[in-house]
Amino acid sequence: MSEFNPKGDEQVKGQTPENSPVADPSPTNKMQLAAGKSTEQFRPTHLITSRVRLAKDICFQRMCILTASVSVLILVFLLGSILASGIPSLSWTLLTGFPEPEPENAGMWPALLGTLWVCSMCALITLPLGIGTAILIEEFTPRNRLAQKLASLIQLNISNLAGVPSVVYGILGLTAFVSMFSLFDDTGDSGAPSLEIGAVYYDQFSNLASDPFLASGDESARERYFLVPVDLRDDPTTVPTTGMVAYENQEAGLVPVEIIAIDPFAEDPSTSPDQLSRTIDETSTPGRISEKQWYYLRLPFGRGVIAGALTLMLVILPVIIISTQEALRAVPTTLRAGALGLGATPWQVVWNVTLPSAVPGIMTGSILAMSRAIGETAPILIIAGIVYIRSAPQHLMDDYTVMPLQIYNWTSRPQEEFHHIAAGGIVILLAILLTFNAVAVLIRHRMQNKLH
Amino acid sequence: MNSAVNRDRTLPQLEQQVQTLLARERRNLSWVRFRERGIFLCLVGCGLFSLLVTGSIIFVLASETAKFFQFSEVTLSNFFLSTQWTPLLGNTKSFGIWSLISGTFMVTAIAMLVALPLGLITAVYLSEYAPRRVRSTLKPILEILAGIPTVVYGFFALMTITPLLQWCYSGFNVYNAMSAGIAVGILCFPTVCSLAEDALRAVPTSLRDGAFGLGGTRFDATVKVIIPAALSGIISAFLLAITRAIGETMIVALAAGSRAQITVNPAEEAQTMTGYMVQIAGGDVSNFGIEYYSMYAVAFTLFAITLTLTMVGNYIRTKYRETYD
Repeated sequence: MSEFNPKGDEQVKGQTPENSPVADPSPTNKMQLAAGKSTEQFRPTHLITSRVRLAKDICFQRMCILTASVSVLILVFLLGSILASGIPSLSWTLLTGFPEPEPENAGMWPALLGTLWVCSMCALITLPLGIGTAILIEEFTPRNRLAQKLASLIQLNISNLAGVPSVVYGILGLTAFVSMFSLFDDTGDSGAPSLEIGAVYYDQFSNLASDPFLASGDESARERYFLVPVDLRDDPTTVPTTGMVAYENQEAGLVPVEIIAIDPFAEDPSTSPDQLSRTIDETSTPGRISEKQWYYLRLPFGRGVIAGALTLMLVILPVIIISTQEALRAVPTTLRAGALGLGATPWQVVWNVTLPSAVPGIMTGSILAMSRAIGETAPILIIAGIVYIRSAPQHLMDDYTVMPLQIYNWTSRPQEEFHHIAAGGIVILLAILLTFNAVAVLIRHRMQNKLH
Repeated sequence: MNSAVNRDRTLPQLEQQVQTLLARERRNLSWVRFRERGIFLCLVGCGLFSLLVTGSIIFVLASETAKFFQFSEVTLSNFFLSTQWTPLLGNTKSFGIWSLISGTFMVTAIAMLVALPLGLITAVYLSEYAPRRVRSTLKPILEILAGIPTVVYGFFALMTITPLLQWCYSGFNVYNAMSAGIAVGILCFPTVCSLAEDALRAVPTSLRDGAFGLGGTRFDATVKVIIPAALSGIISAFLLAITRAIGETMIVALAAGSRAQITVNPAEEAQTMTGYMVQIAGGDVSNFGIEYYSMYAVAFTLFAITLTLTMVGNYIRTKYRETYD
């Protein structure tokens, strides 16, 4: 037996490719063993199989490298094709303009501010909730069986929530936040809020000069609009009478004006320009408009910013909980034990010891979750619909649009020009998201350096 | 013995001082206990909120779906047996969920054909073969891919993949399942890759060393030892990716079209469950009509499918996990 060994060794050495990237000596070992056991006629077969196996290994490694480079290629191709059509359409108008119907004037300023409003509201609501839940699961060991059951139920529930498609959260938000289970729809008029705080209603009249048929070519009379305050939204419309005091919206604020009401078909309006400009058709129906304060609140929320923020909260809550749990788990147990040994209460341990050392991890996870919230489209599309928004939100119940929704809107239009500005919008969105990710990576990097 | 204290205080005075100190301590302690309790209750409230979310999802979907089935046009047999999904046709409304499910599964199948092999092989490369330098460049690239919003993938599918497909074969519709499926596959690829890589890296080095010691090449070790050992993690990664593909919305809304039909031809339009919901929510459908409630029925079906898959995935991961000490 022993005389086979050196022979086998030699042959194997001869057959092993010198430049093989697999540098481990294991094939040699195996050949030695095999050669030791087998008779001479088996040896070539083993050599062939070993060569085949080595070739297989090299093949597989090449395939791996090929596949891995495919992922790089995909990224390059994806970014390249978007940048190629997006960079030329980047302009100041795209950033600060309003979504006009003409592509060359269209911009995404309201969408940008909408994203800012919705995502900052969402962060304000989600962070305490998510971090609280994670602390409960990780730091407070359940004392009795019931609490144990509850804790494992919450844990299971969170991992299930993480797998729920975001569009389903949109559906939930539509029912729970936008229409609030129709609980407040006692007015019978769906969509009209049944409870409002911070809104003042006016009836708006226009003077005769603004009516092209009645203006009678008098150049001196200019268009004026008068507001008559109303107490409630559902009050009957005001009937204008001569001598009534209405208000006009001027730079200084609301200025009282005495109006003249006539029936233009029965009598001729006064010829004096001042009087003519204060004259109202007494049969005209006013438009009911409202002025809302910044703290305007209504129930149900309607398709406003707060409904969007709450819906996004549902989407990213599991993400934040899971990442916070991981950050808390990474804190060494000895730190906690030390603090407990000094007589700290469980919350004092969490607040003074665990949380401070987990903050970088929590921040990384939260930033990544927020970048997901910024890019999330489906739930917002479900609850807000595609509406034409001309201004940034003024209060929490205001209509809004967000950047991905604006991009979706432009992409789904048939005109080619809109596709170009959609690509421009994507470039802006990606720039924001990459900044977020870079900050997260930076924090994680510094944290790793600190730990080592 | 305590001469410094005794010098200017009598014994009763000292006793009183001790009593006040103790009382203060007790007050402090009871305040601390009160605070601890309050904070703990707040945290329990946070925890219960997540249960409330699940509960309200089920409640909302179930109750609104029940309202959907109360319409006279809708029957359970029509919903589960019909193959026609034509809710927007005035006279011949039909609600056969199977055409939406078939569209969803076609897009998912195409996506998985792209994502699973690509993801698994890249994961094997990252965990078994790649040198440190390659790893440290490839991982951020995957993270960037994972962080790109889905609407961007939708744009990519519609503006880049579809023209490419049409260039290869002119039979492709402008909206087709193939292009949406490929984009969803690219979207799921980082998920599969990072989860599978986590599973592979969790296999202890001693198993690898054992395989090498028996004379296995890296390929042998990977295929015969490491992948079987990490199989539960890999399968749960696959299931999570499938869940993600089924629930994917924006890509299919942009690129897959809006005609619900049962077909196996990927060059044709295919409406998915999520695509239908977007069509209804973004369109001018009257609130509280039958189309509006059909959205809830579809959402319920989608939720049931994804919840089942997620739970099976979690079960497999925890139940069949090989633990090594």
